[in-house]
Amino acid sequence: MFDFYFDLPLWFRLVLQGTIVILVLFPLAAACSMAERKISAWIQGRPGPNRTIPPFLAWIPGINIIRNLGLFQLAADGGKFTFKEDPVPGNVNKFYFILAPILAMIPALSTISFVPFGAYFKTLADGTRELTPIILANTDVGLLAVFAVSSLGVYALILAGWASNSKYPFLGGVRASAQLISYELSMTLSILPIFLWINAPGGEGTLSLFNVVQTQSQAGFLGGMWYIFLMPVSALVFLVALFAETNRQPFDMPESESDLVGGFHTEYGAFKWSLFFVAEYAHMIVGSGIFCLLFLGGWNPLPWVSLADLVNFGAGFLPIIAAPLVMGLLAITLFLLKVGFFIFFFMWVRWTLPRFRYDQVMNLGWKKLLPLSIANLIFYAVAIAVKDLYFPNL
Amino acid sequence: MATITVERKPLSFLERTYIPNVVAGLTTTFKRMIKPTETLQYPEQRPAIPTGYRGVPTLVNDPHGREKCVSCQLCEFVCPPKAIRITPGEIANDDPNAHVEKRPKAFEIDMLRCIYCGLCQEVCPEEAIFLQNQYSMTGYTRAEMVNDKDRLYELGGTLPDQHYKWDKKKSAAEAASHGGHH
Repeated sequence: MFDFYFDLPLWFRLVLQGTIVILVLFPLAAACSMAERKISAWIQGRPGPNRTIPPFLAWIPGINIIRNLGLFQLAADGGKFTFKEDPVPGNVNKFYFILAPILAMIPALSTISFVPFGAYFKTLADGTRELTPIILANTDVGLLAVFAVSSLGVYALILAGWASNSKYPFLGGVRASAQLISYELSMTLSILPIFLWINAPGGEGTLSLFNVVQTQSQAGFLGGMWYIFLMPVSALVFLVALFAETNRQPFDMPESESDLVGGFHTEYGAFKWSLFFVAEYAHMIVGSGIFCLLFLGGWNPLPWVSLADLVNFGAGFLPIIAAPLVMGLLAITLFLLKVGFFIFFFMWVRWTLPRFRYDQVMNLGWKKLLPLSIANLIFYAVAIAVKDLYFPNL
Repeated sequence: MATITVERKPLSFLERTYIPNVVAGLTTTFKRMIKPTETLQYPEQRPAIPTGYRGVPTLVNDPHGREKCVSCQLCEFVCPPKAIRITPGEIANDDPNAHVEKRPKAFEIDMLRCIYCGLCQEVCPEEAIFLQNQYSMTGYTRAEMVNDKDRLYELGGTLPDQHYKWDKKKSAAEAASHGGHH
């Protein structure tokens, strides 16, 4: 049915796929801003934005549901950000000032190419079926590429802070660089145990995120276990570091509006400002996606129940479920549900915890999380060695 | 004064990890989130006005449809921001209310000056001016924000009267002129 698609030239298919993913990710990131406003409102006992509606749509029955969710407000905000005047302050370094929001968007949107968001059964030439990831670039460097590209995002913050030529953005930029560098260490160290666990010594190693999910979808007690149960400390350290890396409260040092006005984006307005925010939300989406892949079994519906099990079970009643398109959509839905929960969790935490002081952030990063992640790494290194030596068949 | 030294308990290991406290905080906010909201959807839902509320000052009629104001101008004199401007007028002899002393020819309250103090209501000997429940006064021009006599009566409406002072005066005068006890 879709054979014509695979006859298209490769470069065209890649451009098409990339465009589609960005066209989904960008509005999704923008929609997060409305989700944030709604969740903050509900937690504070308010209904949130629920008034905006274009008058020519008001006659449609049931449209009030969309109106109450604030989706028209989101469209109005988007239109406003696109078309309002975008002033550049007089004393800024114009080139870098304009470059910064663009630099913020690039890593935010490009990390998604290494994140698999679903899987489907591909029928091979010999008739066997193979689980294939839905991913833009299925490379073996996988996670390493995500870390490498996403850590470039800090340059945008530093550049914005410096180019603004104003003290509050400058302080915000300095804080951003210090915080992001500090937490990157514990973040990377916290996930090493997973890859120690996956990659057998002597064999061919991989950092592919698809493989991480595959090792959580095997048969047996350990095979089907999500890594959040196997390595809870890793998950905790990774989650805390993720909050810090995405500049979310309680770690939003670079922004911290109570002491830095608006932090690195104080001098920004209109479209450039909204680019920073879409980049932040895109980072959150990708970060939550990686957390789900690493610790929550990716697109597997439940621990010890893999997507393949579910589809094989469902195909017994309804064979269409095993069709690549249906199965792919099912996998993407399951994955997006988990990611959506984490986006909610990010916002939930934001309205629960107060912002840390700067020195508390540094203390937590260097004196608590870093030793904890190193100890965690050593513990799992020893444990995995013992398991491989004495219980190879467990 | 005696100083009480409060012993600070050292934090337990669990407390120092923040985790139980963070979880407790998350529980609180989640419970708050699923509760119904407190917001009053304003233009559709209106707040309940408590008794004794001092809203926009208005002029009232008595149940017989007579305007109660006799334009004595006490409210104009007492008004601290000088928001009230009254032009007194005579009542024609063939008017059914000819027995009443006077009526205002014009009565204007400038709502841009009014401070809603209620002194006009307090000072009025005829119980003709009341600060009622109307709390929302809007307009696009300064002229729109000046309530004239018609508007004041429209806002005020009719309030019950316990005295019918002028009717009693009239019947007393009639009784006297017919050679009664007075």
